[in-house]
Amino acid sequence: MLSLLQNLIDGLGRGSIYALLALGVAVIFGVMHLLNFAHGELITVSGYVAFWALGAGWSWWVMVPLIIVTSVATSLVIERVAFSRVRGASDFTLLLTSFGVHFVVSAIFLLYVSASVKNFSRPGWVADTFSIGSLNVEIFDMVVIVVTIVTLIGTTLLLQRTMFGLALRAAAADFDTARLMGVKSDSVIRGAFALSGFLAGIAAIFWLMRAGSVQPSAGIDPMLKGVLAALIGGLASLRGAVLGGFALGLAEVFLRSWLPDSIASLTEGVVFVLIALLFIFRPQGLIATATAERV
Amino acid sequence: MLQITGLTTRYGSISALRSASLEVRSGEVVGLIGPNGAGKTTLLGSIAGLLSPAEGTVSFEGTDITGAAPEKLLRAGIALVPEHRRIFVDLTCEENLKIGGITVSKSERAVLLEEMADTFPVLRDKWTTPAGFLSGGEAQQLAIARALMSKPRLLMMDEPSLGLAPVLVDVVFDLIATLKEQGRTLLVVEQNATRMLEVSDRAYVLRSGEVAAEGTGAELLERSDLFDTFVGG
Repeated sequence: MLSLLQNLIDGLGRGSIYALLALGVAVIFGVMHLLNFAHGELITVSGYVAFWALGAGWSWWVMVPLIIVTSVATSLVIERVAFSRVRGASDFTLLLTSFGVHFVVSAIFLLYVSASVKNFSRPGWVADTFSIGSLNVEIFDMVVIVVTIVTLIGTTLLLQRTMFGLALRAAAADFDTARLMGVKSDSVIRGAFALSGFLAGIAAIFWLMRAGSVQPSAGIDPMLKGVLAALIGGLASLRGAVLGGFALGLAEVFLRSWLPDSIASLTEGVVFVLIALLFIFRPQGLIATATAERV
Repeated sequence: MLQITGLTTRYGSISALRSASLEVRSGEVVGLIGPNGAGKTTLLGSIAGLLSPAEGTVSFEGTDITGAAPEKLLRAGIALVPEHRRIFVDLTCEENLKIGGITVSKSERAVLLEEMADTFPVLRDKWTTPAGFLSGGEAQQLAIARALMSKPRLLMMDEPSLGLAPVLVDVVFDLIATLKEQGRTLLVVEQNATRMLEVSDRAYVLRSGEVAAEGTGAELLERSDLFDTFVGG
Protein backbone atom coordinates (compact mmCIF):
# COMPACT_ATOMS: atom_id res chain seq x y z
CA MET A 1 0.00 0.00 0.00
CA LEU A 2 2.77 2.34 1.00
CA SER A 3 4.83 1.61 -2.08
CA LEU A 4 1.70 1.96 -4.18
CA LEU A 5 1.16 5.51 -2.89
CA GLN A 6 4.84 6.28 -3.27
CA ASN A 7 4.80 5.10 -6.87
CA LEU A 8 1.59 6.95 -7.57
CA ILE A 9 3.07 10.30 -6.50
CA ASP A 10 6.29 9.53 -8.32
CA GLY A 11 4.42 8.55 -11.48
CA LEU A 12 2.14 11.59 -11.39
CA GLY A 13 5.18 13.85 -10.99
CA ARG A 14 6.86 12.29 -14.00
CA GLY A 15 3.58 12.14 -15.92
CA SER A 16 2.93 15.85 -15.30
CA ILE A 17 6.01 16.82 -17.28
CA TYR A 18 5.08 14.39 -20.05
CA ALA A 19 1.54 15.77 -20.08
CA LEU A 20 2.79 19.34 -20.59
CA LEU A 21 5.04 18.19 -23.44
CA ALA A 22 2.31 16.07 -25.02
CA LEU A 23 -0.20 18.90 -24.84
CA GLY A 24 2.23 21.11 -26.75
CA VAL A 25 2.63 18.42 -29.41
CA ALA A 26 -1.15 17.95 -29.68
CA VAL A 27 -1.87 21.70 -29.96
CA ILE A 28 0.46 21.94 -32.97
CA PHE A 29 -0.83 18.74 -34.51
CA GLY A 30 -4.36 20.06 -34.14
CA VAL A 31 -3.87 23.24 -36.16
CA MET A 32 -1.42 22.09 -38.81
CA HIS A 33 -1.26 18.29 -38.77
CA LEU A 34 2.40 18.46 -37.91
CA LEU A 35 3.77 15.74 -35.66
CA ASN A 36 6.54 17.84 -34.19
CA PHE A 37 9.68 15.79 -33.75
CA ALA A 38 11.49 19.06 -33.01
CA HIS A 39 9.46 19.69 -29.84
CA GLY A 40 12.32 18.53 -27.62
CA GLU A 41 14.61 21.20 -29.06
CA LEU A 42 12.74 23.74 -26.97
CA ILE A 43 14.26 21.97 -23.95
CA THR A 44 17.71 21.79 -25.57
CA VAL A 45 17.77 25.53 -26.28
CA SER A 46 16.34 26.33 -22.84
CA GLY A 47 18.97 24.08 -21.29
CA TYR A 48 21.87 25.95 -22.89
CA VAL A 49 20.39 29.31 -21.93
CA ALA A 50 20.03 28.04 -18.35
CA PHE A 51 23.60 26.71 -18.42
CA TRP A 52 24.97 30.11 -19.49
CA ALA A 53 22.76 32.15 -17.17
CA LEU A 54 23.45 29.96 -14.13
CA GLY A 55 27.15 30.04 -15.01
CA ALA A 56 26.95 33.83 -14.98
CA GLY A 57 25.73 33.59 -11.41
CA TRP A 58 21.98 34.09 -11.92
CA SER A 59 19.64 32.30 -9.55
CA TRP A 60 17.09 29.64 -10.38
CA TRP A 61 14.31 32.13 -9.65
CA VAL A 62 15.44 34.11 -12.67
CA MET A 63 15.60 30.87 -14.67
CA VAL A 64 11.85 30.37 -14.39
CA PRO A 65 10.79 33.38 -16.52
CA LEU A 66 13.96 33.14 -18.62
CA ILE A 67 13.32 29.53 -19.63
CA ILE A 68 9.66 30.23 -20.43
CA VAL A 69 10.56 33.23 -22.59
CA THR A 70 13.33 31.24 -24.31
CA SER A 71 11.02 28.34 -25.04
CA VAL A 72 8.23 30.52 -26.43
CA ALA A 73 10.67 32.55 -28.53
CA THR A 74 12.39 29.41 -29.87
CA SER A 75 9.04 27.88 -30.76
CA LEU A 76 8.05 31.03 -32.69
CA VAL A 77 11.41 31.28 -34.46
CA ILE A 78 11.24 27.62 -35.53
CA GLU A 79 7.73 28.22 -36.87
CA ARG A 80 8.87 31.28 -38.79
CA VAL A 81 12.08 29.84 -40.19
CA ALA A 82 10.94 26.30 -40.96
CA PHE A 83 7.30 25.36 -40.54
CA SER A 84 5.70 28.47 -42.06
CA ARG A 85 7.36 27.52 -45.35
CA VAL A 86 5.75 24.09 -45.52
CA ARG A 87 2.28 25.07 -44.33
CA GLY A 88 -0.34 23.07 -46.16
CA ALA A 89 2.21 20.58 -47.47
CA SER A 90 1.65 16.84 -47.08
CA ASP A 91 1.87 15.33 -43.60
CA PHE A 92 5.02 13.51 -44.67
CA THR A 93 6.76 16.73 -45.72
CA LEU A 94 5.87 18.29 -42.38
CA LEU A 95 7.20 15.25 -40.54
CA LEU A 96 10.50 15.37 -42.44
CA THR A 97 10.78 19.10 -41.81
CA SER A 98 10.40 18.57 -38.08
CA PHE A 99 13.13 15.90 -38.17
CA GLY A 100 15.28 18.38 -40.06
CA VAL A 101 14.76 21.07 -37.43
CA HIS A 102 15.68 18.57 -34.71
CA PHE A 103 18.97 17.67 -36.44
CA VAL A 104 19.84 21.27 -37.32
CA VAL A 105 19.34 22.53 -33.75
CA SER A 106 21.42 19.76 -32.19
CA ALA A 107 24.08 20.22 -34.89
CA ILE A 108 24.32 23.93 -34.09
CA PHE A 109 25.11 23.18 -30.45
CA LEU A 110 27.43 20.35 -31.44
CA LEU A 111 29.42 22.58 -33.81
CA TYR A 112 29.42 25.90 -32.05
CA VAL A 113 29.32 24.90 -28.37
CA SER A 114 30.59 21.43 -27.63
CA ALA A 115 29.68 17.79 -27.85
CA SER A 116 30.30 17.34 -24.15
CA VAL A 117 27.70 17.37 -21.40
CA LYS A 118 27.40 20.76 -19.71
CA ASN A 119 26.52 20.53 -16.04
CA PHE A 120 24.87 23.23 -14.00
CA SER A 121 23.81 23.47 -10.38
CA ARG A 122 20.34 22.24 -9.47
CA PRO A 123 18.22 24.10 -6.94
CA GLY A 124 18.91 22.79 -3.42
CA TRP A 125 15.39 21.61 -2.71
CA VAL A 126 15.08 19.29 -5.70
CA ALA A 127 16.32 16.27 -3.76
CA ASP A 128 14.54 17.19 -0.50
CA THR A 129 11.81 14.97 0.82
CA PHE A 130 9.26 15.25 3.56
CA SER A 131 7.58 12.44 5.46
CA ILE A 132 3.94 11.72 6.03
CA GLY A 133 4.05 8.80 8.46
CA SER A 134 6.44 6.40 6.82
CA LEU A 135 5.75 7.81 3.35
CA ASN A 136 8.63 9.77 1.85
CA VAL A 137 7.45 12.38 -0.60
CA GLU A 138 9.77 14.37 -2.82
CA ILE A 139 9.00 18.07 -2.59
CA PHE A 140 9.91 18.25 -6.28
CA ASP A 141 7.13 15.86 -7.28
CA MET A 142 4.55 17.83 -5.33
CA VAL A 143 5.68 21.13 -6.89
CA VAL A 144 5.58 19.62 -10.38
CA ILE A 145 2.09 18.19 -9.85
CA VAL A 146 0.68 21.43 -8.42
CA VAL A 147 2.25 23.67 -11.07
CA THR A 148 1.05 21.31 -13.82
CA ILE A 149 -2.51 21.31 -12.50
CA VAL A 150 -2.52 25.11 -12.35
CA THR A 151 -1.07 25.29 -15.88
CA LEU A 152 -3.67 22.85 -17.21
CA ILE A 153 -6.50 24.80 -15.60
CA GLY A 154 -5.12 28.00 -17.09
CA THR A 155 -4.82 26.39 -20.52
CA THR A 156 -8.37 25.05 -20.29
CA LEU A 157 -9.68 28.53 -19.45
CA LEU A 158 -7.70 29.99 -22.35
CA LEU A 159 -9.16 27.44 -24.75
CA GLN A 160 -12.73 27.63 -23.44
CA ARG A 161 -13.20 31.29 -22.56
CA THR A 162 -11.20 33.39 -24.99
CA MET A 163 -11.74 34.14 -28.67
CA PHE A 164 -8.18 32.95 -29.31
CA GLY A 165 -8.99 29.61 -27.69
CA LEU A 166 -12.18 29.34 -29.67
CA ALA A 167 -10.34 30.13 -32.90
CA LEU A 168 -7.71 27.52 -32.07
CA ARG A 169 -10.32 24.84 -31.46
CA ALA A 170 -12.22 25.77 -34.61
CA ALA A 171 -9.03 25.75 -36.68
CA ALA A 172 -8.07 22.36 -35.24
CA ALA A 173 -11.47 20.95 -36.17
CA ASP A 174 -11.61 22.36 -39.71
CA PHE A 175 -8.92 24.79 -40.77
CA ASP A 176 -10.45 25.92 -44.09
CA THR A 177 -13.85 26.58 -42.60
CA ALA A 178 -12.30 28.50 -39.72
CA ARG A 179 -10.58 30.73 -42.28
CA LEU A 180 -13.90 31.20 -44.10
CA MET A 181 -15.23 32.54 -40.79
CA GLY A 182 -12.39 35.04 -40.65
CA VAL A 183 -9.94 33.20 -38.39
CA LYS A 184 -6.50 34.41 -39.49
CA SER A 185 -4.33 31.41 -40.27
CA ASP A 186 -1.13 33.27 -39.31
CA SER A 187 -2.39 34.33 -35.91
CA VAL A 188 -3.85 31.01 -34.99
CA ILE A 189 -0.77 29.02 -36.03
CA ARG A 190 1.64 31.42 -34.31
CA GLY A 191 -0.60 31.40 -31.27
CA ALA A 192 -0.50 27.61 -31.24
CA PHE A 193 3.31 27.64 -31.41
CA ALA A 194 3.47 30.21 -28.61
CA LEU A 195 1.16 28.12 -26.42
CA SER A 196 3.09 24.97 -27.25
CA GLY A 197 6.33 26.79 -26.40
CA PHE A 198 4.91 28.06 -23.12
CA LEU A 199 3.84 24.57 -22.05
CA ALA A 200 7.23 23.17 -23.08
CA GLY A 201 8.85 25.99 -21.11
CA ILE A 202 7.12 24.94 -17.90
CA ALA A 203 8.12 21.34 -18.63
CA ALA A 204 11.68 22.47 -19.43
CA ILE A 205 12.07 24.14 -16.03
CA PHE A 206 11.35 20.89 -14.23
CA TRP A 207 13.16 18.70 -16.74
CA LEU A 208 16.34 20.77 -16.40
CA MET A 209 16.05 21.09 -12.61
CA ARG A 210 16.04 17.32 -12.38
CA ALA A 211 18.66 16.70 -15.08
CA GLY A 212 21.12 19.37 -14.00
CA SER A 213 22.81 19.13 -17.38
CA VAL A 214 22.39 19.75 -21.09
CA GLN A 215 23.99 18.39 -24.26
CA PRO A 216 23.27 18.71 -28.00
CA SER A 217 21.06 15.61 -28.02
CA ALA A 218 19.18 16.62 -24.84
CA GLY A 219 15.96 17.12 -26.79
CA ILE A 220 15.51 13.54 -27.91
CA ASP A 221 14.26 12.07 -24.66
CA PRO A 222 11.65 14.76 -23.88
CA MET A 223 10.58 14.77 -27.55
CA LEU A 224 10.00 11.01 -27.48
CA LYS A 225 8.04 11.26 -24.24
CA GLY A 226 5.90 14.13 -25.54
CA VAL A 227 5.22 12.60 -28.94
CA LEU A 228 4.52 9.15 -27.48
CA ALA A 229 2.20 10.50 -24.82
CA ALA A 230 0.34 12.52 -27.46
CA LEU A 231 0.06 9.41 -29.65
CA ILE A 232 -1.19 7.35 -26.71
CA GLY A 233 -3.83 10.00 -26.10
CA GLY A 234 -5.03 10.01 -29.69
CA LEU A 235 -2.95 12.92 -31.09
CA ALA A 236 -5.81 15.18 -32.07
CA SER A 237 -7.35 15.24 -28.60
CA LEU A 238 -5.89 17.71 -26.10
CA ARG A 239 -7.52 15.91 -23.19
CA GLY A 240 -6.10 12.67 -24.57
CA ALA A 241 -2.59 14.14 -24.68
CA VAL A 242 -2.73 15.07 -21.00
CA LEU A 243 -4.13 11.66 -20.15
CA GLY A 244 -1.44 10.01 -22.28
CA GLY A 245 1.26 11.93 -20.42
CA PHE A 246 0.06 10.79 -17.03
CA ALA A 247 -0.44 7.23 -18.30
CA LEU A 248 3.12 7.13 -19.62
CA GLY A 249 4.61 8.50 -16.40
CA LEU A 250 2.66 6.08 -14.23
CA ALA A 251 3.48 3.13 -16.49
CA GLU A 252 7.21 3.88 -16.29
CA VAL A 253 7.27 4.18 -12.50
CA PHE A 254 5.07 1.20 -11.76
CA LEU A 255 6.89 -1.06 -14.21
CA ARG A 256 10.24 -0.10 -12.75
CA SER A 257 9.09 -1.09 -9.29
CA TRP A 258 7.18 -4.22 -10.29
CA LEU A 259 9.60 -5.74 -12.78
CA PRO A 260 12.15 -8.15 -11.30
CA ASP A 261 15.50 -6.49 -10.61
CA SER A 262 17.22 -8.37 -13.41
CA ILE A 263 15.10 -6.72 -16.12
CA ALA A 264 14.19 -3.44 -14.37
CA SER A 265 16.73 -1.71 -16.58
CA LEU A 266 14.58 -2.69 -19.55
CA THR A 267 11.62 -0.66 -18.29
CA GLU A 268 11.71 1.64 -21.32
CA GLY A 269 11.61 -1.34 -23.66
CA VAL A 270 8.65 -2.84 -21.83
CA VAL A 271 6.85 0.51 -22.02
CA PHE A 272 7.37 0.54 -25.79
CA VAL A 273 5.96 -2.98 -26.04
CA LEU A 274 2.89 -1.85 -24.10
CA ILE A 275 2.47 1.15 -26.40
CA ALA A 276 2.77 -1.14 -29.44
CA LEU A 277 0.06 -3.36 -27.96
CA LEU A 278 -2.15 -0.34 -27.34
CA PHE A 279 -1.90 0.67 -30.99
CA ILE A 280 -2.67 -2.86 -32.17
CA PHE A 281 -5.89 -2.98 -30.17
CA ARG A 282 -6.77 0.70 -30.19
CA PRO A 283 -5.07 2.44 -33.11
CA GLN A 284 -7.00 5.65 -32.54
CA GLY A 285 -5.39 6.11 -29.10
CA LEU A 286 -7.12 6.48 -25.76
CA ILE A 287 -9.44 9.26 -26.87
CA ALA A 288 -10.66 9.23 -30.43
CA THR A 289 -11.92 12.52 -31.80
CA ALA A 290 -15.10 12.61 -33.82
CA THR A 291 -14.53 13.91 -37.30
CA ALA A 292 -17.81 13.02 -38.95
CA GLU A 293 -20.69 15.40 -38.81
CA ARG A 294 -24.08 13.92 -38.04
CA VAL A 295 -26.57 14.51 -40.81
CA MET B 1 -21.24 44.58 -56.41
CA LEU B 2 -19.55 41.32 -57.41
CA GLN B 3 -18.11 41.13 -60.89
CA ILE B 4 -16.56 37.92 -62.20
CA THR B 5 -14.79 38.02 -65.53
CA GLY B 6 -13.38 35.07 -67.47
CA LEU B 7 -12.75 32.97 -64.38
CA THR B 8 -10.97 29.65 -64.97
CA THR B 9 -10.07 27.26 -62.16
CA ARG B 10 -8.20 24.02 -62.65
CA TYR B 11 -7.62 20.91 -60.63
CA GLY B 12 -4.37 19.71 -62.09
CA SER B 13 -4.98 19.64 -65.83
CA ILE B 14 -8.76 19.55 -65.55
CA SER B 15 -10.60 22.83 -65.84
CA ALA B 16 -13.55 22.65 -63.48
CA LEU B 17 -14.49 26.19 -64.40
CA ARG B 18 -13.94 27.65 -67.87
CA SER B 19 -13.91 31.35 -68.45
CA ALA B 20 -17.04 32.00 -66.41
CA SER B 21 -18.36 35.54 -66.19
CA LEU B 22 -21.17 36.69 -63.97
CA GLU B 23 -22.35 39.54 -61.88
CA VAL B 24 -24.25 40.08 -58.64
CA ARG B 25 -25.79 43.51 -57.99
CA SER B 26 -26.44 44.94 -54.58
CA GLY B 27 -29.70 43.69 -53.05
CA GLU B 28 -30.14 40.87 -55.57
CA VAL B 29 -30.73 37.19 -54.99
CA VAL B 30 -28.77 35.38 -57.67
CA GLY B 31 -29.18 31.65 -58.25
CA LEU B 32 -26.49 29.41 -59.62
CA ILE B 33 -27.87 26.15 -60.95
CA GLY B 34 -26.71 23.22 -63.01
CA PRO B 35 -25.97 19.51 -62.76
CA ASN B 36 -23.40 17.86 -60.53
CA GLY B 37 -19.90 18.57 -61.68
CA ALA B 38 -20.92 21.74 -63.51
CA GLY B 39 -18.45 23.77 -61.48
CA LYS B 40 -20.86 25.51 -59.09
CA THR B 41 -18.94 24.70 -55.91
CA THR B 42 -15.66 25.44 -57.69
CA LEU B 43 -17.01 28.87 -58.60
CA LEU B 44 -17.98 29.72 -55.02
CA GLY B 45 -14.69 28.29 -53.73
CA SER B 46 -12.80 30.48 -56.20
CA ILE B 47 -14.66 33.59 -55.07
CA ALA B 48 -14.23 32.79 -51.37
CA GLY B 49 -10.51 32.16 -51.62
CA LEU B 50 -10.54 28.42 -51.00
CA LEU B 51 -9.32 27.80 -54.56
CA SER B 52 -6.94 29.87 -56.66
CA PRO B 53 -8.26 30.70 -60.09
CA ALA B 54 -5.82 30.19 -62.96
CA GLU B 55 -7.24 33.01 -65.08
CA GLY B 56 -9.76 35.78 -64.82
CA THR B 57 -10.66 38.30 -62.17
CA VAL B 58 -13.05 38.63 -59.28
CA SER B 59 -13.84 42.14 -58.15
CA PHE B 60 -15.98 43.15 -55.20
CA GLU B 61 -17.28 46.69 -54.76
CA GLY B 62 -14.73 47.85 -57.30
CA THR B 63 -11.72 46.18 -55.65
CA ASP B 64 -9.85 43.33 -57.28
CA ILE B 65 -9.99 40.40 -54.86
CA THR B 66 -8.83 37.61 -57.17
CA GLY B 67 -7.04 34.89 -55.24
CA ALA B 68 -7.18 36.66 -51.87
CA ALA B 69 -7.14 34.53 -48.70
CA PRO B 70 -10.51 33.51 -47.21
CA GLU B 71 -9.95 35.49 -44.00
CA LYS B 72 -9.28 38.63 -46.07
CA LEU B 73 -12.41 38.14 -48.16
CA LEU B 74 -14.54 37.74 -45.07
CA ARG B 75 -13.22 41.07 -43.83
CA ALA B 76 -13.98 42.58 -47.23
CA GLY B 77 -17.63 41.60 -46.66
CA ILE B 78 -18.12 38.20 -48.34
CA ALA B 79 -19.27 35.20 -46.31
CA LEU B 80 -19.77 31.64 -47.53
CA VAL B 81 -22.02 28.97 -46.09
CA PRO B 82 -19.96 26.02 -47.32
CA GLU B 83 -21.20 22.84 -48.93
CA HIS B 84 -22.18 20.23 -46.32
CA ARG B 85 -22.47 23.09 -43.80
CA ARG B 86 -19.18 22.25 -42.10
CA ILE B 87 -20.23 23.41 -38.68
CA PHE B 88 -17.77 22.76 -35.84
CA VAL B 89 -19.31 19.65 -34.30
CA ASP B 90 -17.34 19.73 -31.04
CA LEU B 91 -18.18 23.37 -30.40
CA THR B 92 -21.53 24.44 -28.97
CA CYS B 93 -24.03 26.41 -31.05
CA GLU B 94 -23.03 29.55 -29.20
CA GLU B 95 -19.34 28.92 -29.86
CA ASN B 96 -20.01 28.26 -33.55
CA LEU B 97 -21.78 31.60 -33.77
CA LYS B 98 -19.03 33.39 -31.86
CA ILE B 99 -16.46 32.10 -34.36
CA GLY B 100 -18.69 33.44 -37.12
CA GLY B 101 -18.49 36.82 -35.44
CA ILE B 102 -14.76 36.79 -34.75
CA THR B 103 -14.24 39.88 -36.89
CA VAL B 104 -16.79 42.11 -35.13
CA SER B 105 -16.32 43.85 -31.79
CA LYS B 106 -17.25 42.12 -28.55
CA SER B 107 -20.29 44.32 -27.90
CA GLU B 108 -21.51 43.95 -31.46
CA ARG B 109 -21.02 40.20 -31.22
CA ALA B 110 -23.27 40.08 -28.17
CA VAL B 111 -26.01 41.97 -30.04
CA LEU B 112 -25.69 39.69 -33.08
CA LEU B 113 -25.84 36.56 -30.91
CA GLU B 114 -29.14 37.78 -29.47
CA GLU B 115 -30.39 38.57 -32.97
CA MET B 116 -29.52 35.06 -34.23
CA ALA B 117 -31.22 33.44 -31.24
CA ASP B 118 -34.37 35.42 -32.13
CA THR B 119 -34.19 34.66 -35.85
CA PHE B 120 -33.42 30.97 -35.30
CA PRO B 121 -35.37 29.87 -32.22
CA VAL B 122 -34.25 26.23 -32.68
CA LEU B 123 -30.71 27.37 -31.96
CA ARG B 124 -31.68 29.08 -28.73
CA ASP B 125 -32.98 25.73 -27.46
CA LYS B 126 -29.66 24.05 -28.31
CA TRP B 127 -27.49 27.01 -27.32
CA THR B 128 -24.97 25.09 -25.19
CA THR B 129 -25.27 21.76 -27.01
CA PRO B 130 -22.28 20.58 -29.07
CA ALA B 131 -23.31 21.25 -32.67
CA GLY B 132 -22.65 17.62 -33.60
CA PHE B 133 -25.91 16.73 -31.87
CA LEU B 134 -28.01 18.99 -34.11
CA SER B 135 -30.29 17.54 -36.77
CA GLY B 136 -29.53 18.30 -40.41
CA GLY B 137 -32.05 21.13 -40.54
CA GLU B 138 -30.82 22.69 -37.33
CA ALA B 139 -27.23 22.38 -38.49
CA GLN B 140 -28.07 24.18 -41.74
CA GLN B 141 -29.69 27.01 -39.82
CA LEU B 142 -26.63 27.20 -37.59
CA ALA B 143 -24.36 27.34 -40.64
CA ILE B 144 -26.36 30.22 -42.11
CA ALA B 145 -26.57 32.05 -38.78
CA ARG B 146 -22.84 31.58 -38.30
CA ALA B 147 -22.17 33.21 -41.67
CA LEU B 148 -24.52 36.10 -40.84
CA MET B 149 -22.55 36.83 -37.65
CA SER B 150 -19.87 38.59 -39.70
CA LYS B 151 -22.49 41.03 -41.09
CA PRO B 152 -21.58 40.17 -44.69
CA ARG B 153 -22.64 42.45 -47.53
CA LEU B 154 -22.64 39.43 -49.83
CA LEU B 155 -23.76 36.05 -48.52
CA MET B 156 -22.95 33.00 -50.62
CA MET B 157 -24.55 29.62 -49.92
CA ASP B 158 -23.48 26.29 -51.36
CA GLU B 159 -26.35 23.80 -51.68
CA PRO B 160 -28.22 24.87 -48.54
CA SER B 161 -31.05 22.35 -49.11
CA LEU B 162 -28.78 19.38 -49.81
CA GLY B 163 -29.65 16.27 -47.84
CA LEU B 164 -32.57 17.83 -46.01
CA ALA B 165 -36.05 16.36 -45.58
CA PRO B 166 -38.71 18.10 -47.75
CA VAL B 167 -40.14 19.99 -44.76
CA LEU B 168 -36.71 21.38 -43.97
CA VAL B 169 -36.11 22.28 -47.61
CA ASP B 170 -39.16 24.55 -47.20
CA VAL B 171 -37.55 26.07 -44.11
CA VAL B 172 -34.38 26.85 -46.07
CA PHE B 173 -36.24 28.47 -48.97
CA ASP B 174 -38.42 30.45 -46.57
CA LEU B 175 -35.22 31.65 -44.97
CA ILE B 176 -33.78 32.69 -48.33
CA ALA B 177 -37.01 34.62 -48.96
CA THR B 178 -36.72 36.28 -45.55
CA LEU B 179 -33.11 37.27 -46.16
CA LYS B 180 -34.18 38.69 -49.53
CA GLU B 181 -36.88 40.78 -47.83
CA GLN B 182 -34.24 42.12 -45.45
CA GLY B 183 -32.48 43.45 -48.55
CA ARG B 184 -29.46 41.19 -48.30
CA THR B 185 -27.42 40.26 -51.35
CA LEU B 186 -27.27 36.52 -51.94
CA LEU B 187 -25.49 34.22 -54.36
CA VAL B 188 -26.91 30.73 -53.92
CA VAL B 189 -25.82 27.46 -55.50
CA GLU B 190 -28.73 25.04 -55.60
CA GLN B 191 -29.51 21.65 -57.04
CA ASN B 192 -33.21 22.29 -56.44
CA ALA B 193 -33.45 24.40 -59.61
CA THR B 194 -37.17 25.15 -59.75
CA ARG B 195 -37.41 26.25 -56.15
CA MET B 196 -34.28 28.35 -56.52
CA LEU B 197 -35.47 30.08 -59.69
CA GLU B 198 -38.72 30.98 -57.93
CA VAL B 199 -36.87 33.03 -55.30
CA SER B 200 -34.11 34.36 -57.57
CA ASP B 201 -34.05 37.82 -59.10
CA ARG B 202 -31.62 36.48 -61.65
CA ALA B 203 -29.88 33.18 -62.20
CA TYR B 204 -27.06 31.55 -64.11
CA VAL B 205 -27.06 28.01 -65.46
CA LEU B 206 -23.69 26.35 -65.30
CA ARG B 207 -22.88 23.33 -67.47
CA SER B 208 -19.46 21.63 -67.82
CA GLY B 209 -17.75 24.57 -66.18
CA GLU B 210 -19.27 27.18 -68.48
CA VAL B 211 -22.13 29.62 -68.12
CA ALA B 212 -24.75 28.03 -70.41
CA ALA B 213 -27.60 30.48 -69.81
CA GLU B 214 -28.56 33.48 -67.76
CA GLY B 215 -31.69 35.48 -67.15
CA THR B 216 -34.28 36.39 -64.57
CA GLY B 217 -35.70 33.57 -62.47
CA ALA B 218 -38.99 33.81 -64.36
CA GLU B 219 -37.30 33.71 -67.78
CA LEU B 220 -35.27 30.65 -66.98
CA LEU B 221 -38.28 28.82 -65.55
CA GLU B 222 -39.92 29.18 -68.99
CA ARG B 223 -37.05 27.58 -70.81
CA SER B 224 -37.98 23.93 -71.00
CA ASP B 225 -34.85 23.21 -73.06
CA LEU B 226 -32.78 23.86 -69.95
CA PHE B 227 -34.62 21.43 -67.78
CA ASP B 228 -32.55 18.51 -69.00
CA THR B 229 -29.68 20.34 -67.40
CA PHE B 230 -31.59 20.82 -64.18
CA VAL B 231 -32.77 17.26 -63.94
CA GLY B 232 -29.17 16.19 -64.33
CA GLY B 233 -28.55 17.72 -60.93
